[in-house]
Amino acid sequence: MVPLSYYLIVSAILFSLGLAGIIINRKNIIILLMCVELLLLAVNTNFIAFSHYLNDIAGQIFVFFILTVAAAEAAIGLAILVVLFRTRHTVKVDELNLLKG
Amino acid sequence: MPIQELIFFAFAAALLTAAFMTIMVRNPVHSALFLVMTFFASAGLWIMLEAEFLGLVLILVYVGAVMTLFLFVVMTLNIDLENKGPGYWRYLPYGILIVGLFTGMAVYVFGPSHFALAHAQAIGHSADYSNAKALGNVLYTDYVFPFEIAGVLLLVAIIAAISLSFRGRQGNKSISPEVQIAIRREDRIRIVKMPTEKKQ
Repeated sequence: MVPLSYYLIVSAILFSLGLAGIIINRKNIIILLMCVELLLLAVNTNFIAFSHYLNDIAGQIFVFFILTVAAAEAAIGLAILVVLFRTRHTVKVDELNLLKG
Repeated sequence: MPIQELIFFAFAAALLTAAFMTIMVRNPVHSALFLVMTFFASAGLWIMLEAEFLGLVLILVYVGAVMTLFLFVVMTLNIDLENKGPGYWRYLPYGILIVGLFTGMAVYVFGPSHFALAHAQAIGHSADYSNAKALGNVLYTDYVFPFEIAGVLLLVAIIAAISLSFRGRQGNKSISPEVQIAIRREDRIRIVKMPTEKKQ
């Protein structure tokens, strides 16, 4: 039987890889969106592991809703990306200075 | 070593390797494909945790829809693929630092000396247990209101995505409705007063 700690450690490493990806690839918005997906995957794995070991199905319900919201987020994010590329002809984060932020 | 642990370590190794390659490879298309592999390995882990329905949903929705969308966008946008810029090597030490910190923290916190649930035993279900049925029993009774809200959220996402990226057809000859209803009678009809002509 695989202990709960193993799952939690794997998902913590997965979360840290997503975070490191955001730090390393801070130029390209597409890679940033993929790293956000990695973070959400790590969180979902945590939820499912706890749901299994505590025998409570509410954790899986949470994952269900997180998947829904993440799919909506990916769709809108990519639509914004397409519009951005059409108007600015770049997806590099440091060249998107229209708002002077 | 029992077979379950072997399968777990195989899936975990595949998951972490694919996630590492996702953030490290230079080509966004390869990144997206490694992310697909990450989702597959993760679905394997979820199925090991008796969440069969969510594991299959992860493959169907994420690999089938979301990653396809990612690949479509990456391939159609024609970005300069290979260039990650000078910041790539500059920030690499910070990335390694984050991974090291998180891993150390996880091993320390979830170790058996601090974590009360480290040896928690899951209550295994019998062979005729249906995860989809159990999930549906809760989802359509206790969580029916959030379920409806999720439906509305998806509708909003559809409308937002379409209205953001829809450009309309170029060279279309149809009149826009606001021009059409702003037309007054005087713009179209001119009544000319003239005397009646004599019969020849």
